[in-house]
Amino acid sequence: VDELVFFINRVLISGTVLGCIYALGAIGVTLIFGILRFAHFAHGDMMTMGAFLAFVLAGAATALGIVTPLPTGFVVLPIAMVLAAGIALYLDKGFYAPLRRRGAKPVTLLIASIGVTLMLQGLIRLIFGSGTTSFFQTEPKEIFRIDVSALGATRPISITEPQVLMFIVTAILVLALHYFLTRSRLGKAMRAMADNADLAQVSGINTALVVRVTWLIAGALACVAGTMLALDVALMPDLAFNIVLPIFAAAIVGGLGHVYGAILGGFLIAFAETLAVFNWTALLRPMAGVLPEGWALPPNLALVPTEYKLTVAFVILVITLLARPTGIFKGASS
Amino acid sequence: MSAVSGVREAFWDDPVKRAIALFIAMFVLIAITGVLQGGASILLISTQATAFALIALGLNIQWGYGGLFNFAVMGFLMAGGASTVFLSYPVNPAFWDSDGPMLLARALAAFLVGLGIVMLARRVDRIGIRGGVRTTLIVLAWLAAYILYRSQIDPAAAYIESTAGFVGGLGLNPLIGWAFGGLIAGLIALFIGRVSLGLRTDYLAIATIGMSEILRALIKNMDWLTRGTMTVSPVPWPMPLPQNLQQTGMSIPDSFLYARGGFLAIALLVLIVIFVMVQRAYGSPWGRMMRAIRDNHIAAGSMGKNVTGRQLELFIFGSILMGIGGAMLVSFSQIFDPSGYQPINHTFMIWVMVIVGGAGNNFGVVLGAFLIYFVWVLSDPLAQLIFLNLSQVTSSLGWGAIPEIDSRALQMRVFVLGVVITLALRYAPKGLLPEVIRRER
Repeated sequence: VDELVFFINRVLISGTVLGCIYALGAIGVTLIFGILRFAHFAHGDMMTMGAFLAFVLAGAATALGIVTPLPTGFVVLPIAMVLAAGIALYLDKGFYAPLRRRGAKPVTLLIASIGVTLMLQGLIRLIFGSGTTSFFQTEPKEIFRIDVSALGATRPISITEPQVLMFIVTAILVLALHYFLTRSRLGKAMRAMADNADLAQVSGINTALVVRVTWLIAGALACVAGTMLALDVALMPDLAFNIVLPIFAAAIVGGLGHVYGAILGGFLIAFAETLAVFNWTALLRPMAGVLPEGWALPPNLALVPTEYKLTVAFVILVITLLARPTGIFKGASS
Repeated sequence: MSAVSGVREAFWDDPVKRAIALFIAMFVLIAITGVLQGGASILLISTQATAFALIALGLNIQWGYGGLFNFAVMGFLMAGGASTVFLSYPVNPAFWDSDGPMLLARALAAFLVGLGIVMLARRVDRIGIRGGVRTTLIVLAWLAAYILYRSQIDPAAAYIESTAGFVGGLGLNPLIGWAFGGLIAGLIALFIGRVSLGLRTDYLAIATIGMSEILRALIKNMDWLTRGTMTVSPVPWPMPLPQNLQQTGMSIPDSFLYARGGFLAIALLVLIVIFVMVQRAYGSPWGRMMRAIRDNHIAAGSMGKNVTGRQLELFIFGSILMGIGGAMLVSFSQIFDPSGYQPINHTFMIWVMVIVGGAGNNFGVVLGAFLIYFVWVLSDPLAQLIFLNLSQVTSSLGWGAIPEIDSRALQMRVFVLGVVITLALRYAPKGLLPEVIRRER
C-alpha cells in the first residue's frame, strides 16, 4: 500500500494540479484561436502578469492587516481576475484591434503577440526584478496529511491547502464556463462565431462584443492559472514562458477552438508528463519477490529522465500535429 | 510647403535612395557608438551583428522568399554552435584512450538497428498488414527501438562523463567548423521540414518552436557530447587571439583591435559572399518560383511546381545560414553555453530584425539586423543612465534609490524590442525597406 500512496502523492496529485493549470491556460488559448484565428503567444505572459497582480494585491492585503483562514493568494484572486481581464481587453484594443481593422492576416497578429510577449516580459522584469518570490513568505503553507495507516500504509497521503483550493476553483470555473457557453445568449453567440465568423455576423450577432468577452474570459482564466502556478511552485518572471508551449500542446491535442478539448488536452499532457518521469520501480517493488531468479528491478525505471519532463509535451504535440493535426476533437484550421 | 513634402515623399518612395539614406544612418549610428564606447567594443558589437545578419538572411530565405513560419531559429543556432565546438575544440585524449569510442559505436549501432526496425514496421503494408495492426506495430517498433537505444547510450554516457568528462573535439580549423555547423543545421532542417512543412502558419510556428525546445533539451542534457550546463571554453578562433598578439609584444588595446578586426573581416567576407549568392538567387527564375509559391501555393501547385519539395529546399537553405551564423557566434564568444540560449534572444530577435528590416528584401534584412542588434545592445547602458538619473530624483525626494539597477536595466532590452516590433507592425508593416518587385513594362 505504501507504493500506492507514493503513486498518489507523486502522480495523481501533482498531475491533477498541473492539469488544472494547463487546462485553464489552454481554454484561453483555444478561445482566442476559435474567435480571432491566431495563436496568442503572449498568453504565458498574461499568466505571469496575473500572478504578479495577485501577488501585489496579497501583499497589500497583508499590509492592511487582513487575515483570513484561506491563503491570501486565493482571497485576492477575484480582484486580480477582474484587473487581468481589464488589462487583456486593453491589450487587444492597443495592439491587436488596430491590426485587425487594417485587415491584417492572422500571421501578422501572431507576430504582434510576440511583440506583446516581449513587452510584458520586459515590463514584469523591470518592475519586479528577475528573482524568485513566494506567496508564502508571511504565512505558512498548510499541508493536510490523510492518515491511511488503517490500510497498512506507513506514510500518509499529503496534499497542500492551495492544491485542494485549486481543484475546487478549477471545478467551479469550468462548470461556470460550461453553463455560460451552453445556456447564455452570449455564450451561444461565441460558439456560433467560433464556428463561422461571417455567418455569425450576418445573423446579427454583435461580433465586437463577442471579441471583448473572449478577451475578458481569457484574461481572467490566465490570471487564475498563473496565480495557481505561483502558489504551487514559486513566483518568477519566466514562470509562464516555460509553460506556454505545453499549454499550446494541450490546446492542439484537444483540437484548437474546442473548449472541452482544451480541458481534456490539459489533463492529458499533465499526466503524460508526470507519468513519463515517474519511477515505476517504486510501484513494482512488491513484485520483486515474485520475479524469477536472476531478474532484478533496475533502480530507475522512468520512461524518460527528469530533465526531459517538458520535452514530453512537445513530443506529444509533434506527434499530434503529424498524425491528427485537428486534435482529438476536430479543431478549427487557420 | 506641399512641394517640399511632395519631394520628400518621392525621395522616400524611391527604394534605392531610401536604402542609401537608411544605410548611411546606420553607419552614422555605428560610428557614434564607436566614438562613445571605444574601438574594441564597437568591433565586438559589429562582429556579432554580422553573424546575426547572416542568420537573419537565413530567416529571410524562409519567411521572406517562401512564407515559411520558422520559430526554430534558436535550435539551428544551437546545432551550429555545438557542431563547431565538436569540430574545432582540441582533441580530448582521455576520451580516445578509454573505452568511450567503443561504447559510442555500439550506441550508434543500436540506433541504426532501431531505425531499421521502425523502417521495417512502416513497410509491413507490403506483406498485407494494414490499418490498426500496422499502426500498433509501428508504435511497438518505436518503443523497441527507444529501449534498445537507451540500453546502449545510457551506460556509454555515464562512462564517458565519469572517465573523460566529454568527447572533446577534433581540433580542426574553426572555419571548417562553421561549414560543419551549417551542414548539421541543414540535416536537422531536412528532418524538421520533412516532418512539419505540411502544416500551415500557426500550426507550423507551434510545431517548429516545440522542436527547437526539444533540440535545446537534448543539447543541454547530452553532457557526454556538449558538456551541457558545464559549458565548453575556450573555443578556438580561426585567427590569432588577442592573447597571441600580446605575446608577440603588441599592447593590450591594440591586440584587441587587430584580433577582433581580423575576425570581423572574415565574418564580413562570409556575409558578403553569401549575400551575393542569396541576392542572385532572388532575382533568378528560382526566386520567382519561390515568390509564386509564397503568394499562392495552390496556383503554383497547379502550374506543376512541387510546392512541398521547394519549401523543403528553402527551409534547408535558410537553416544552413542559421547554422553558420550560430557557429560564428560561438567561435567569437569562445564559449558554448547551452543554457545561454533563450527564445527571446535567439528566435524572436531574429524575427524582429527581418520584420523591421523588410521581409523579402535582403538589403533591408541586413539593415534590420545591424539596427536591431545595436538597439538591443545599446538599450542596456541607456536604460542604466535613465535609471541612475531617476534614482537620483527619487532619493532627493526622500523615496530612496531604485534597487538592482544593473539587472533591471538589462531587462529594458526585451521591452524595447517589443516596442520596436509593435511600432513596426503598426506603422511600417512591410519594413524599413519593403520588398521591391520588379516588373517588366
